[in-house]
Amino acid sequence: MGKLAIETRGLKKSFGKTHAVAGVDLAVSAGGVYGVLGPNGAGKTTMIRMLATLLRPDAGEAQVLGYDVVRDAHSVRSRVSLTGQFASVDEDLTGVENLLLLARLLGYSRPRARRRAADLLDAFGLADAADRQVKKYSGGMRRRIDIAASLVVPPELIFLDEPTTGLDPRSRNQVWEIVRGLVAEGTTVLLTTQYLDEADQLADRIAVIDHGKVIAEGSSGQLKASVGAGSLHVRLRGPEQRAEAERVLAAALDVPIELSADPVALSAGISDPERVARSLAELSRSGIDVTEFALGQPSLDEVFLALTGHAAEKTPEEDAA
Amino acid sequence: MNATSAEQASAPVTEDALRSVLLAGERPSRPGPVLTSLTFGWRALLKIKHVPEQLVDVTMFPIMFTLMFTYLFGGALAGSTQEYLQFLLPGILVQANVMITMNTGITLNTDIQKGVFDRFRSLPVWRPSPLVGALLGDLVRYSIGSAIVITLGLVLGFRPVGGAVGVVLSVELLLVFSFCLSWLWTMLSLILRTPNSVAGVSMMLMFPLTFVSNIFVDPKTMPGWLQAVVEVNPITHLATVVRGLMHGSVPAGEIGWVLVSSVLLVAVFGPITMVLYRNKK
Repeated sequence: MGKLAIETRGLKKSFGKTHAVAGVDLAVSAGGVYGVLGPNGAGKTTMIRMLATLLRPDAGEAQVLGYDVVRDAHSVRSRVSLTGQFASVDEDLTGVENLLLLARLLGYSRPRARRRAADLLDAFGLADAADRQVKKYSGGMRRRIDIAASLVVPPELIFLDEPTTGLDPRSRNQVWEIVRGLVAEGTTVLLTTQYLDEADQLADRIAVIDHGKVIAEGSSGQLKASVGAGSLHVRLRGPEQRAEAERVLAAALDVPIELSADPVALSAGISDPERVARSLAELSRSGIDVTEFALGQPSLDEVFLALTGHAAEKTPEEDAA
Repeated sequence: MNATSAEQASAPVTEDALRSVLLAGERPSRPGPVLTSLTFGWRALLKIKHVPEQLVDVTMFPIMFTLMFTYLFGGALAGSTQEYLQFLLPGILVQANVMITMNTGITLNTDIQKGVFDRFRSLPVWRPSPLVGALLGDLVRYSIGSAIVITLGLVLGFRPVGGAVGVVLSVELLLVFSFCLSWLWTMLSLILRTPNSVAGVSMMLMFPLTFVSNIFVDPKTMPGWLQAVVEVNPITHLATVVRGLMHGSVPAGEIGWVLVSSVLLVAVFGPITMVLYRNKK
């Protein structure tokens, strides 16, 4: 592990009675992508805003690229970029005007600023839309101009707050390509996401956060191992066979079976995909009519269920886990 | 949407292009507060260019007020509309400007709710520059409003004895005062949650501030306690100065008063605004 890009100890932030970030310790090494995975309201954005010096922590410490986010806020600001979750450029201005504005603010002379804006628009495939107001951009273009705006002066570390939420799959892939490109050039990326597969695809290490606390940390392989390989969902022809099906599956899979609200459905987390085929064969041998079955990657919900014992999207409440 | 076709036509991000963009050469040196404030002022002008509807208040307000007060009250208050216009127009100019400053807070409140302000706040620039820049951009709005009031006045028969010099000087003083008063609205816009509440509270302050003054009538007929209020209202002093300059006298003491109250406005509301801005969630 190289030197640390981000290090926090006991970082805390509350808004009234809500403990948005309730004591977070992070150690993010330089280079690569660090993913912060969590549901809405888990405290991801609050944490990023503290690291980007927009919010002052209530307690704890945070160092970004070796500078304290409170005492050395200015040094942090000149080395990092933040791409917020919503509209991080001015929607009333055109693409090129936004980049010119930032380039001038960051100290480029007028001609250099113009050249820089043109280069960025080219690189992000936005040259044709340069003179259009950003509010007329599509979702994918919006995200690209957002990220381009963060690279006017190439930062050592870039924060991407839910960069792909709400994007279509094609635009999402483009953002992923950009993130990979950034990393290839040595930029450290900290991104937050609600999607397990995004963290899986991009991040070298992942912190899972919930109710403002890190509840698991590791590579995606390590996290998956703790959750299981995924889950099997089975639908039966009639509800009367469910009890029998539960018994057969439990025996074949050797894991607890979940009975969902749907009276003909069952599901089970699985650790060994090979057993699945065998368990389905067992079902048909026992004369149980299966109308549908599916094998799913573990979803964020399942990760949460496995790690915390409660579902991800539940409204915040006193944490019993 | 037509955006889709453009998006498909443009090449996706290539790794080579991204690499060349990331190797941007030497970092530029950090610009000073004046340059960053002016750059934010440029942003405000661009917004006027793209959203010209926002000039409705600086054009319609002054026209409405000048016409309404001249013709509704002129005869009753001063015997004739022409005579009242000589007295009223400098006052209306003050009121129009002060009214227009209110929009600063409303705009800023809308603006701050958007993510782009997070980006501004995370830039390594002099911290007040986004706010100062917005206020500098507003000077253009005040100038437009003033030009409209004065032109309309001249058309209706207003004749400034102080000539062009007096008019220009009084407008300049107005711009200084308006810029300073705006910090009151920037503070409000950071305290209140929605643009609507900013508008509401601003109105509540604005009406007494402009009406309990000598803008519309000579305070001599008011009860004593009210005269005392009028006397300490900075708007009264401002109106006196503008009236004096336009009609050819230079009320030096009053000018001093206006400048002192301008400085006080910034000295009090400027730092409060910045503390609120820094701790904005």
